[in-house]
Amino acid sequence: MRLTLNIWRQKSPTDQGAMVRYSLDNVSEHMSFLEMLDVLNEQLITKGEEPVAFDHDCREGICGMCGFVINGVAHGPRRGTTVCQLHMRSFHDNEELFLEPWRAAAFPVVKDLVVNRSAFDRIIGAGGYVSVPTGSATDGNSILIPKAESDMAMSAAACIGCGACVAACPNASASLFTGAKISHLGLLPQGQPERHARALNMVAQAAVEGFGNCTNIGECEAVCPKGIQLENIARMNRDYLVGAITYREPQAEAGAG
Amino acid sequence: MALNSRTPSGPIESRWDNTKFEMKLVNPANKRKYSVLVVGSGLAGGAAAATLAELGYNVKCFCYQDSPRRAHSIAAQGGINAAKNYQNDGDSIYRLFYDTVKGGDFRARESNVYRLAQISVNIIDQAVAQGVPFAREYGGTLANRSFGGAQVSRTFYARGQTGQQLLLGAYQALERQIDAGRVKMFPRTEMLDLIVIDGKARGIVTRNLVTGQTDVHLADAVILATGGYGNVFYLSTNAKGCNVTASWRAYKRGAFFGNPCFTQIHPTCIPVSGDYQSKLTLMSESLRNDGRIWVPVKAGDTRPPQQIPDSERDYFLERIYPSFGNLVPRDVASRAAKRMCDEGRGVGPSGLGVYLDFAASIERLGKQAISERYGNLFEMYERITGESPYETPMRIFPAVHYTMGGLWVDYHLMSTVPGLFVLGEANFSDHGANRLGASALMQGLADGYFVIPFTIGNYLASNKFEKVSEDHPEAKAAKAQVTGRVEKLLSIKGKRTVDSFHRELGKIMWENCGMARNEKGLKDAITRIKALREEFWKNVNVLGESNDLNQSLEKAGRVADFLELGELMCADALDRKESCGGHFREEYQTPEGEAMRDDENCAYAAAWEYTGDDKPAALHKEPLTFEYVHPSQRSYK
Ligand SMILES: Cc1cc2nc3c(=O)[nH]c(=O)nc-3n(C[C@H](O)[C@H](O)[C@H](O)COP(=O)(O)OP(=O)(O)OC[C@H]3O[C@@H](n4cnc5c(N)ncnc54)[C@H](O)[C@@H]3O)c2cc1C
Ligand code: FES
Repeated sequence: MRLTLNIWRQKSPTDQGAMVRYSLDNVSEHMSFLEMLDVLNEQLITKGEEPVAFDHDCREGICGMCGFVINGVAHGPRRGTTVCQLHMRSFHDNEELFLEPWRAAAFPVVKDLVVNRSAFDRIIGAGGYVSVPTGSATDGNSILIPKAESDMAMSAAACIGCGACVAACPNASASLFTGAKISHLGLLPQGQPERHARALNMVAQAAVEGFGNCTNIGECEAVCPKGIQLENIARMNRDYLVGAITYREPQAEAGAG
Repeated sequence: MALNSRTPSGPIESRWDNTKFEMKLVNPANKRKYSVLVVGSGLAGGAAAATLAELGYNVKCFCYQDSPRRAHSIAAQGGINAAKNYQNDGDSIYRLFYDTVKGGDFRARESNVYRLAQISVNIIDQAVAQGVPFAREYGGTLANRSFGGAQVSRTFYARGQTGQQLLLGAYQALERQIDAGRVKMFPRTEMLDLIVIDGKARGIVTRNLVTGQTDVHLADAVILATGGYGNVFYLSTNAKGCNVTASWRAYKRGAFFGNPCFTQIHPTCIPVSGDYQSKLTLMSESLRNDGRIWVPVKAGDTRPPQQIPDSERDYFLERIYPSFGNLVPRDVASRAAKRMCDEGRGVGPSGLGVYLDFAASIERLGKQAISERYGNLFEMYERITGESPYETPMRIFPAVHYTMGGLWVDYHLMSTVPGLFVLGEANFSDHGANRLGASALMQGLADGYFVIPFTIGNYLASNKFEKVSEDHPEAKAAKAQVTGRVEKLLSIKGKRTVDSFHRELGKIMWENCGMARNEKGLKDAITRIKALREEFWKNVNVLGESNDLNQSLEKAGRVADFLELGELMCADALDRKESCGGHFREEYQTPEGEAMRDDENCAYAAAWEYTGDDKPAALHKEPLTFEYVHPSQRSYK
């Protein structure tokens, strides 16, 4: 098939950027979307033009590195699918496509379709963990976890951190991402000791990074390639509230002896 | 230089404990005076960086992705082994040790493998404590499955995303240390050289992939945890960015390369569909538990699978290996599939595929049961091929998956360059000539969480470190070499794209140094790789600039290194005159086509030393002795 591609080209974070139009022939329906871009890039290089920069690594839908907006939809038209797993059979001959990077103040564009998502790492660093230094664990089976709860935690933990939720949200909120981690750990016994402090700190960090608030629009859930659900945001809000009410200043620990 | 593996002696059960006791410790207050560079943030690097920072060392960690959470470990699906014996089915540390030595076809060091089996139980505890949501039974205990033909259920898993969940556990521990200021993280940063000063690894040269800036980082020790080099074949199940660059640069600075030709080919991947193919997708090995593998009896039979009656199908694994059937180890299954295709009985448009058929299981267990077990995999298959495995058999073909070879390390995981430690898939230890399923995750985490914290402490406490600066001639020279090379790549302005060279190299490697190898093919491959390398440096076209995000430039550097590694792999395969594990030399096979190992002459680990460009590498041999698991021919018939 033949496609017309309008791709956002931006040389650097400070460059203005603009849409550039390309046409591509002989696209096979068996290609993945990124393989289609590979073919375009090979042609551009041969013509002496700089290839389109886009992020990707695993190409299996799990590393969360890929992602851009296709015709206004984060990761394109197929539900529950990252762009690396999207195949050209989802498109038709002579279709015109518009490719743009994630747009959010907290995700500045690096180049073309590549953005900087390091804000997500800092949200995790603010509390998205269980403080358990290597070597201090008890036997795995000493912590019994009902299967249903463990399954729920796993569903929340499936987030790949791609950022589609932020790109789809009119407020550029990171609530689905943040809520997923708060839920994952908060649903498990291991996560209880730090549960409320975790919610307080992670939510605060998201605000510092410049992500917006959640107003329950639900666009995030619709584009999430891993099916992370809105209920995670509700859990985050509950934990945050309890955390805010029960917060106490830490006490000094030194003592004689 | 003689290889010293520093393998302890004494009863195997107490070797690691004794070694730990004999090692020197760094006083808690002194730890922050030492600095360590950790290159890689996968299971091995992430675990090491977090743990060393928890201990109090000053750590810098590097990865080429935009976040440490995206390391290729994230893609592991099936699970992680541990000798917990929670199922009470006869597992033990000794049995895991035994299975791993045997599965590796007697080409791994016994002491290392025993330690790995011992540590396996601590890994599960650590991961559970971090909140890794492993699968559970209704009573709340941890669930296990049997994996890759193991006779006990010792594999722990988190749906089909075990690698992701284990990596997130390590990543979260790492982010906690980053937030606390004890680790400085450098994402989108690629290591391009190792700095060796007075015989010790003291630093690295990196390129910032966004700004192109070249930097020198100095420290008291360097850890490489940079993963495997399967992408030398171009098509593999590895992530696109996986590379050999860090290891290769270290090799050129004096670290010996161990068993480079030991590559694992995984039998169940989705076949290639066209020239544009950029990577291969693994279908979990667990599918072989319920799927039957077959090809048509007649060569050139192009009927659709449903129209081929049972009597005209050859369930070749069940036929050749009646006692293990479809569950024979990876190398055996892969080679059998290749033989069928070589006989002209392969299926699909390219003839390079065999069927994996679920019809019988669906009939026996019902569609519901099959969908519960494999629904997500079937969906993934359908997304990629457009065919539903519920209705038509899957087509699968072997693909490069894992590299057992890597930088040679001693029992302390130190390479032949003092102060340079190598962890995870990047080293050559533990798996011998073939890796068992669910053992790579185990090894990466064992190395990172539980081995390196001890052995690096011993190294730091036993050595004196002169203060070094960026002005040191070695540091300056390494930096100048890196910038020189980047500029050279950009100045060639030839006619061919980087990918076209990579694809051609991959084809040479797959045909001659893949599932089956022979002397003529390997010699021929070496000649062709040399010619291709020469052409690369004259005719590659890398556009753009060096002070910018330049993905073609990144790829070009990696492919340039693969073009050198490929030759060493062929040399190693040529030198090893036996068939063992993933290394099958056609000259050394039984009349039935089974591998013939040569324990008399080939019970060694190969360690190759770089002696200069355009000079053949020098081979050193580490003899392997088997005091506990006595070499026997693997038989799965
Ligand atoms: C599809 C797939 C499925 C698998 N399933 C299983 C399974 O079920 N069970 C199992 O046990 N094993 C499995 N494996 C194998 C296992 O996943 C890997 O062997 C293991 O995760 C490797 O971990 P690592 O930490 O050594 O390296 P990686 O996770 O590959 O990490 C390498 C790190 O090094 C960094 N890096 C690389 N080069 C440079 C450089 N030059 N400069 C800076 N940084 C660099 C990368 O950014 C990355 O952070 C699977 C592998 C694949 C491909
Ligand atoms: S490239 Fe990894 S999720 Fe798409």
